[in-house]
Amino acid sequence: MTDIKISINSLSKIFGDRPNYVMQHVLNGMSKQQLLDEHGHVLGLNNININLSAKRLHVIMGLSGSGKSTLIRHINRLIEPTSGKVIIDGENLMEMSQDELREFRRHKASMVFQKFGLLPHRTVIQNIAYGLIIQGISEGEAQERSKRWIDKVGLTGFEKHYPAQLSGGMQQRVGLARALATDAEILLMDEAFSALDPLIRTNMQDILLDLQRELHKTIIFITHDLDEALRIGDEISILRDGEVIQTGDPQDIILNPADKYIADFIKDINLSRVLKIGSIMEKTTNASGPKLLSNTSVEEALQIMNSTDKGIAAVVDVKGKTIGKVSIKTVITAIAHSDRDNNGPRYK
Amino acid sequence: MLEFFEEFPDMSRGDLRDFKKVIDSAFRSFSRTYGEAIESFFDPILWFLIWLEKLLLATPWPIIMLVIAGLCYLGARSWKLSLGSILTFALIGYLGMWEDTMSTIALISVATLLCISIGIPLGIWMARSDRVQALVTPVLDVMQTIPIFVYLLPVLMLLGIGKVPGLIAVCVYAMPPIVRLTNLGIRLVDKDIIEAAEAFGADKKQQLFGVQIPLALPNIFAGINQTIMMALAMVVIASMIGVRGLGIPVLQAIQNQYLALGLMNGLAIVALAIIFDRVLQRYGKRLQNYRKGPNND
Repeated sequence: MTDIKISINSLSKIFGDRPNYVMQHVLNGMSKQQLLDEHGHVLGLNNININLSAKRLHVIMGLSGSGKSTLIRHINRLIEPTSGKVIIDGENLMEMSQDELREFRRHKASMVFQKFGLLPHRTVIQNIAYGLIIQGISEGEAQERSKRWIDKVGLTGFEKHYPAQLSGGMQQRVGLARALATDAEILLMDEAFSALDPLIRTNMQDILLDLQRELHKTIIFITHDLDEALRIGDEISILRDGEVIQTGDPQDIILNPADKYIADFIKDINLSRVLKIGSIMEKTTNASGPKLLSNTSVEEALQIMNSTDKGIAAVVDVKGKTIGKVSIKTVITAIAHSDRDNNGPRYK
Repeated sequence: MLEFFEEFPDMSRGDLRDFKKVIDSAFRSFSRTYGEAIESFFDPILWFLIWLEKLLLATPWPIIMLVIAGLCYLGARSWKLSLGSILTFALIGYLGMWEDTMSTIALISVATLLCISIGIPLGIWMARSDRVQALVTPVLDVMQTIPIFVYLLPVLMLLGIGKVPGLIAVCVYAMPPIVRLTNLGIRLVDKDIIEAAEAFGADKKQQLFGVQIPLALPNIFAGINQTIMMALAMVVIASMIGVRGLGIPVLQAIQNQYLALGLMNGLAIVALAIIFDRVLQRYGKRLQNYRKGPNND
């Protein structure tokens, strides 16, 4: 496995006047609703334990109120936890002094916000340079170093514009470039693309994936959109009522949802586009038919198989070695199988 | 028993007199002991005011007119406004009010500088601490509502008649807007933007000077504008305690029923107010150019 970059250990957060006092009730197993009704405290996060691997894109998915924005703000300690640890590169973030914490935010973790959080009185280039200026680099040098990020996010020619003069998508590209310009290893993205319309959102996802292929940052990406999570995530954690209910890679989550809540979610997505043939193939080293890469989507595979006589295909890995086979029938079974549970209430 | 309801059970006349006497004599002895020290504390401000007044009076009038037109243009970027201010000052001079106008400008400038240098830091402090805000707000309310003559009295007892008590009277009345609007402007800065600055590791000072003050500037300018307007409104009152300027002729006009004299000097004060206001408002608007959307740049 890859090495662990960020380790979140039994992290809990309670909002209210006396969080430490009611923490005991939570440890004794009191539910979120009970805590709110009887003590007037909101349980934001309950005993979160996740390990995030270095250089991967980790998506944390949950509906509003699930605590996902609270969780990401613990990773750079914009919010103080009630209990628990966040260990980054072996160092507990919660034990850092204010000065150490500022250094950490300046150099190790940068953030992209849902509402962009740009400085309206600074131009595009000045905004991108902001993180560097906070680091103590002079305005001139910071802007010089920011220039290459302008190109990377496709904003050449807009250097001297103010944020209010740009569209939402372009503003978020400024936000992304600002976060990348500090060369931080960790990138925190809080619903970064949620405020954008669907086409622009897909476009931004592509930009992010392209950049990630080159930069290999450790990215924590928050979203409420399962399609987005499945599209960009190397790994996904699903959060509900302040608890992590499943962590796994996208294929794993689609094929083996941990509970009905997640299964309900998956029902709404276009499985044939998300499911890869590698995760439903029958393992064999000997197969006939057209050769398809294991990360080909089921949708594409169906089109190709449909145009052949037998309706089968061989699955190969990146080196071209045959590792399995699929047929139209296996594919249809996989899609149909995942679509069970049509009865019953959608949400708990 | 009925008596209790018919007449308010007040302090006896003798007690009340003694009570007042104690306060009066305490303040008198205070002013006797510390009066001079307090007076010398204000000396630098007095010297600055006298120096500025002398400078304005000694400078040939065409140069003053040019400087005013230049400042108007720098602030408002409008030739019309510059031309208008030149014509106004020409008329003021032609009607024999040049010297009084210079004195008034000197007083207003010093009072405004004083208000800004105390008011903006105080406003920033209020914005950063709810406790300070809770403490200062009622003081500002008192400063704005207490009848001017009531707070003039102790100032006069302490410092006598002259420029400094006049200046203090003007500042007490004119300072609240700049304090309030600085506080408000900083508190209104978008929380998301502050959070972003924090996430990038900005310390308190970087947040204040890099984000909060620049984004609060339009409000701070509105405060400065209000302060100047209120200072101008105090010119006549200030002249009652010995400050030279356009207020003196107005006072004479009231005492002797000289309608023309009162109107002319009063309108000169109004003209100054309009020029200051327009220039500062345009400048404040220019500061917000970055807020304009894609279609109006």
